[in-house]
Amino acid sequence: MCLAVPGKVVEIFEENGLKMGHIDYAGAISRACLEYVPEIRLGDYTVVHAGFALSILDEEEAAKSFAAWRELQAAAAREGVDLFGRPLADADADADEQE
Amino acid sequence: MKHLDEYRDPALARKLLAEIAAVTTRPWVIMEICGGHTHAIIRHGIDLLLPRQLELVHGPGCPVCVTPVALIDQALALARRPEVIFTSFGDMLRVPGSRESLARIRARGGDIRTVYSPLEAVNLAVQNPAQEVVFFAVGFETTAPGNALAVQQAARLGLTNFSLLVSHVLVPPAIGALLAAPDNRIQAFLAPGHVCTVEGLQDYEAMAAAHQVPMVPAGFEPVDILAAILLLVRQLEEGRAQVENEYRRSVRPEGNPAARLAVEQVFQVCHRTWRGLGEIPASGLRLRPEFAAFDAQCKFALEETGEMESPQCISGAILRGESKPPQCPAFGKECTPEHPLGATMVSSEGACAAYRHANRQ
Repeated sequence: MCLAVPGKVVEIFEENGLKMGHIDYAGAISRACLEYVPEIRLGDYTVVHAGFALSILDEEEAAKSFAAWRELQAAAAREGVDLFGRPLADADADADEQE
Repeated sequence: MKHLDEYRDPALARKLLAEIAAVTTRPWVIMEICGGHTHAIIRHGIDLLLPRQLELVHGPGCPVCVTPVALIDQALALARRPEVIFTSFGDMLRVPGSRESLARIRARGGDIRTVYSPLEAVNLAVQNPAQEVVFFAVGFETTAPGNALAVQQAARLGLTNFSLLVSHVLVPPAIGALLAAPDNRIQAFLAPGHVCTVEGLQDYEAMAAAHQVPMVPAGFEPVDILAAILLLVRQLEEGRAQVENEYRRSVRPEGNPAARLAVEQVFQVCHRTWRGLGEIPASGLRLRPEFAAFDAQCKFALEETGEMESPQCISGAILRGESKPPQCPAFGKECTPEHPLGATMVSSEGACAAYRHANRQ
């Protein structure tokens, strides 16, 4: 019922007055209704639930998440911040204080 | 595959785990609501990799699991009728009612068909004008938009032989009920990413503020889940209670307005009984009066039946996050995916099935 895997829109067509599409999941093609994502275009990635596309995956947001994670991964070691840019708690210092 | 492989990067996952370990200073209990999250957590062993102080408990976010036996029995009563083609998502077929399952009726010759979309059920009604086609409309806010559109489509086509047996449930009232329980231990929620994709963040922001619990809508890959857990632990450690959106690529603050509008046009909020949780006020959806012709319960004058759950099954406690599957004496013995006693072992999203498929004892 709940398919958490994103798929790529490879065809858009109309059927019985409804906007429909073929979605490619790494080679497996399935049909989905696109009525709830009217602005979707060929090549967009979407999340489908029970035969209905519910969102168009936002490339910019995905890229932003990754850029932040990757950058901060490197920065974490250098600057003592976590992946979300906040200062990391110094576990050792905390332990020392408790002793 | 794009939007998938990058969220399964072991190096990034290890880094996130290290970050989580670094910020965790005391015990916390986090519930993942969604069955999809439960399966991802167990499949990847995420709960075993976290610091010992962090406990993940599994929530009631499996629509198959929370559908009450009384409603399954109504589905069975419909499926036995010779004039009915009963249609359902595949997850529901093996769920035991008080005496049998849809799969057993099908084995005896009942016309029960698995569909992947409610629109397939509408098409069956068009193709079989002499038969009554009933669709078992189960699920959360994610499946309601599709079922709403199926009803609108049936109305547009002038169909009189199509109806829904509705068992829709809503996530926020269930969260409220769990938090209101006197023995509640849940301190933060991994919020359901696709429910929030439809509904947006408004309800979750209100709940986070009212109950002072952090909530983070998350995607379904290991990196998503770990990043969300890190955000939650950060909030817990800092004494904050906000909604932080880990799943920005799919969840917009306003949700999906077109989907929400269709649901509002076709359904109205009602009280709903949940398997394992009992009746929760304003926690379900039913068809609006103007769509009563598409309501199988009205159309076939279905009666409530007495519920008979297996006395060995502890799925209620599991759905409330009070117990883990291996704590059930029947787990893996009398109760297996092949011979399930309860819905949590049947459903592809059930916690017991997740543990069993991962060989977790």
